[in-house]
Amino acid sequence: MNEQRALPRIGVLAIQGDYAAHADALAEVGATPTEVRKPDQLAGLHGLILPGGESTTILRFLDKHSFFQTLREFAANHPVFGTCAGAILLSREVRSPAQRSLGILDSVVERNAYGRQIDSTILTAETELPGGPLEMVFIRAPRIVETGPGVQVLARRSGFPALVRQNHIMAATFHPELSADRRVHKLFVEIVAQSALTAAASG
Amino acid sequence: MAKARIGHFAEAQILQELGVDFIDESEVLTPADEAHHIDKHAFTTPFVCGARNLGEALRRIAEGAAMIRTKGEAGTGDVVHAVQHMRQITREMRALTVLSEQELYAAAKEHQAPYELIRMVAQAGKLPVPNFSAGGIATPADAALMMQLGAEAIFVGSGIFMKERATPLDVENDPKEREEAVSRAKAIVAATTHFNDPKILAEVSEQVTGTMKGLAAAAIDESQLLQTRGW
Repeated sequence: MNEQRALPRIGVLAIQGDYAAHADALAEVGATPTEVRKPDQLAGLHGLILPGGESTTILRFLDKHSFFQTLREFAANHPVFGTCAGAILLSREVRSPAQRSLGILDSVVERNAYGRQIDSTILTAETELPGGPLEMVFIRAPRIVETGPGVQVLARRSGFPALVRQNHIMAATFHPELSADRRVHKLFVEIVAQSALTAAASG
Repeated sequence: MAKARIGHFAEAQILQELGVDFIDESEVLTPADEAHHIDKHAFTTPFVCGARNLGEALRRIAEGAAMIRTKGEAGTGDVVHAVQHMRQITREMRALTVLSEQELYAAAKEHQAPYELIRMVAQAGKLPVPNFSAGGIATPADAALMMQLGAEAIFVGSGIFMKERATPLDVENDPKEREEAVSRAKAIVAATTHFNDPKILAEVSEQVTGTMKGLAAAAIDESQLLQTRGW
């Protein structure tokens, strides 16, 4: 029983990008964040966040010590949430330019599709999340241009998915950790808690 | 990222028009204005500015800087001033956190910085923007040192691509020197990520080919220092 009530332990990939802000957001909604820099640090975690940053740079780090493969295996049965560059890494296909990815989320993503750094912007849009419109901070953001039938769209930017969920996988093309609104992280922590319970029950 | 001279807002306007990701209002270039920095609020491109102490950092933030980097002494490969500036800023920030509300007004006067920013630092214990370390970082161990001293990230520049008598490595024509430059850059990036892991730091240090020839910052005439530019 105690095991089930414990706070979910959620890793934040801390090799590049704004991982500190993600860790703070997780702590605010009742999870225990852990910085992950090496593949063996995934052991014992209930879920993982892939933060924003620069996806090619992150990919270079993942190529060392078979981190890429370990991450893929982790995501098969643990919740993973990718934001901005993290969303690129999760997608099935990456365009402009094409790049390898983990292929965990049934989506096609186009890099820098909303423009360059100076085109970064903060928008507010309707969302499927309860509680009204959601603030979304886009920083040189990618665009999700296609999603498969199993992908639920929770928020959009000018018609294109900006926040999506496919079973235990979540992705945002914006930076929820930079807004004060914690609903996105809360949803992810709920998914992680649910998945940890199910794993405990079946294992 | 592209550099503009201190105070040269027309140069910055051109860089913004070209669509650069960041502008570094840099003391490495000859300043264009001996009293004023660029009003960075007038731009949509984010700026990074150098600072040697908390007051200088907060004045730059007040002008609209989106990032601060401690200055160090650029191009030397001598980390001593980067350490000095980072220690100074973190010490001054810590000192603010124990002051009473009434004491913050006088602190603002001492630091020659806006009261509102002094108050934000006193409450958070850190700058309201990311704090990078720059100027003289030359080895993976240097990068790890600065991260452990409180830097949130590391800037490296030409200093890591120098050889004897501070001449640049020939990365265009000499494959051996090119390999040295690449190996050093890769190792410093890895060291910044794994700054708390001496085992990995040792591994990445071993992967660096050649040795960098540094210039002792103490040997530079004071009038020639880059870090004293900026007001």
